[in-house]
Amino acid sequence: MKKFLSMLLVVVMMASLFVACAPAAKEEETVSAGTSEENTEESKGLFAPIAKEDIKVGVIHITDPAEGSGYTYTHDQGIVGMQKALGLADEQIIRKNNVNDSDTTAIENAILECIEEGCNIIFATSWGYMDTCEAIAEEYPDVIICHGTGYKSNGKNFINYFGRIYQARYLSGIAAGLKTKTNKIGYVGAWGTDNAEVTSGCNAFAMGVYSVNPDAEVYVKVTNSWFDPEGEGAAAQALIDLGCDVLSQHCDTPNPMLAAEKAGVYGVGYNSDMAKDAPKAVLTSTIWNWDIFYTWAVQCVIDGTWTGENYYGGLAEGFVGISELSDLCEDGTAEAIKEAQDKIASGEWDVFDGEIETNTGDKATSEHYSDVNWYFKTVKEA
Amino acid sequence: MDMIIKFLCAAISSGTPLLFGTVGEILNEKVGHLNLGVEGMMSVGACAGFMAGYYTDNFLIAILAAAVGGMLTAFIYALLTVTFMTNQNVTGLTLTIFGVGLANLIGVFALAQSPNGTLKLPETITATIANLNIPGLSDIPVIGTLLFSYNPFVYIGIAIAILLQFYLYKTKKGLAVRSIGENPATADAVGINVNLQKYLNIMLGGAVCGIGGAYCSMIINGGVWINDNVGGLGWIAAALVIFANWKPGMAIFGSFVFGALRVLKFYIPKSVIEIPNAFFDMLPFLMTALVLVVSSARKSSQRKSQMPSYLGVNYFREDR
Repeated sequence: MKKFLSMLLVVVMMASLFVACAPAAKEEETVSAGTSEENTEESKGLFAPIAKEDIKVGVIHITDPAEGSGYTYTHDQGIVGMQKALGLADEQIIRKNNVNDSDTTAIENAILECIEEGCNIIFATSWGYMDTCEAIAEEYPDVIICHGTGYKSNGKNFINYFGRIYQARYLSGIAAGLKTKTNKIGYVGAWGTDNAEVTSGCNAFAMGVYSVNPDAEVYVKVTNSWFDPEGEGAAAQALIDLGCDVLSQHCDTPNPMLAAEKAGVYGVGYNSDMAKDAPKAVLTSTIWNWDIFYTWAVQCVIDGTWTGENYYGGLAEGFVGISELSDLCEDGTAEAIKEAQDKIASGEWDVFDGEIETNTGDKATSEHYSDVNWYFKTVKEA
Repeated sequence: MDMIIKFLCAAISSGTPLLFGTVGEILNEKVGHLNLGVEGMMSVGACAGFMAGYYTDNFLIAILAAAVGGMLTAFIYALLTVTFMTNQNVTGLTLTIFGVGLANLIGVFALAQSPNGTLKLPETITATIANLNIPGLSDIPVIGTLLFSYNPFVYIGIAIAILLQFYLYKTKKGLAVRSIGENPATADAVGINVNLQKYLNIMLGGAVCGIGGAYCSMIINGGVWINDNVGGLGWIAAALVIFANWKPGMAIFGSFVFGALRVLKFYIPKSVIEIPNAFFDMLPFLMTALVLVVSSARKSSQRKSQMPSYLGVNYFREDR
């Protein structure tokens, strides 16, 4: 009996080995096919075109898209938008949700599962996926991996995508600057000057405020975390206690907006339109239109025009923007924003052009948002 | 001066969820059960309370649902550790994972049903849980703001803590409960129904934790559902039990101190003194370590640590 059992086990093992090997063998075939075609048809993209019906898109999310208003939700709205724009079937999108971005094994498994299921292009939406993406892109040169918010890329099948969200923050700063009566505006930031993404956003917001209201000051409080429901509410309350009558935020929960609504002051939301959470407070929200990038990227793969360049879109592409202005905004807000928007979108001027005076009295210049580790002159660390 | 009062108010608001979690955990620990599932019990309470409030628009039903949610979660823990004698630490940890997961699952499901992708508490209940404004009393300068300007949870929390302090340290029942934590075999020999008392107190503790969870989902997040809304406060509450020296009365003081330490970084102006935020994030735990050292050093004296001797040890009746 024992012998029979062990024989059975061996057979099962062998079978599973073959099953596991099968897709890998196919993979190799497609690799060689891809490279040969690349050599003959070097005219446009790095990869051969793929019929729309055959393309498969993988998405790695850090949480669940159904969470409501935060980061993953907005990314998934982008994926849904892309799917609609290109007319893909549901089976062509493979989502891996709740992939912890500090768990390398989980990330690797999620991406490899996508590859195994035949994905041609994979979007990894969180910062922590970066190194794993880089390694897997090396191993599977025929699969395109796009990593959001990071900085690494290999110029071929591993690119980085992010947006000039600071441009949208500049616009929302105009709405806040016109609204404030106390000339004190609060800003709940996730991190301090050690994080260029948050700092550049805060500066752009303050510069937007300054452009319409040079007397207003922007008070920043830092929670030291991307997600801290209680801390974000407490920081907002502390800013209201300081006398701020308009709040903005760079953190994941809508709690600063809700604190503003409770205290009867106003706010500028982030990530998605937070007017649905705090309709009596939110003037507008700084939002990402991820679908612009996702549609573009998948279209490139379909057309075979993939160049392997990083994506860094802004207002011009419509990749970032502000949600519809609410009736709470002061008169003239829409016009002032329109003017600034046209100037930025046309490429005539950008927020961090030229020398900028910092709050320590120095002058700073920056080529890219990631250089920004100083605060604009009207920003006060409170 | 004005800022100091606002700081104290913020400290008390921030300390209240910790107060519920701590008092609930004290009840668990007093019968000898180290329940690391505070976060889980709070999460289920948060979800049950929020959903009940969302669908019925009634504060009383919401708070009852939160208590029942926490109680049922604690019942799972009690069943496993008291009856089936599983390892308390592991069971507690899994209870946290289970509770947070279950709350998020229900939350995501409800979000998917909602018309505009958000769950916001309706008007009546929002008005009920708003900060008190008693004409006359709340307007008194300083004292009015400090004593009569909070949401109802703050008063409920303090009342529960005082009641339980009385229950544990001034009643015969409380003596029985404490004796179980000190030595269940002796308590059994005296004729106390050890397992029944363990079940009752663990579940009562769970109910208190559940109400604390409702504070997280209904007050901290301004009445809008977000996932993971307890956000690690349950773990801080577990540390606070040590700080409070296992006394519900001390937990009132302890949780407000912790609350103050948590909001301190937002109220110390950077223009006055520049300290990295990470330092403030560390402070509550540094304090806990200090209290632990001090209370352990006091072993021989009268004011010694109130930690139950049989904390974390399951009681096998047959091993007596």
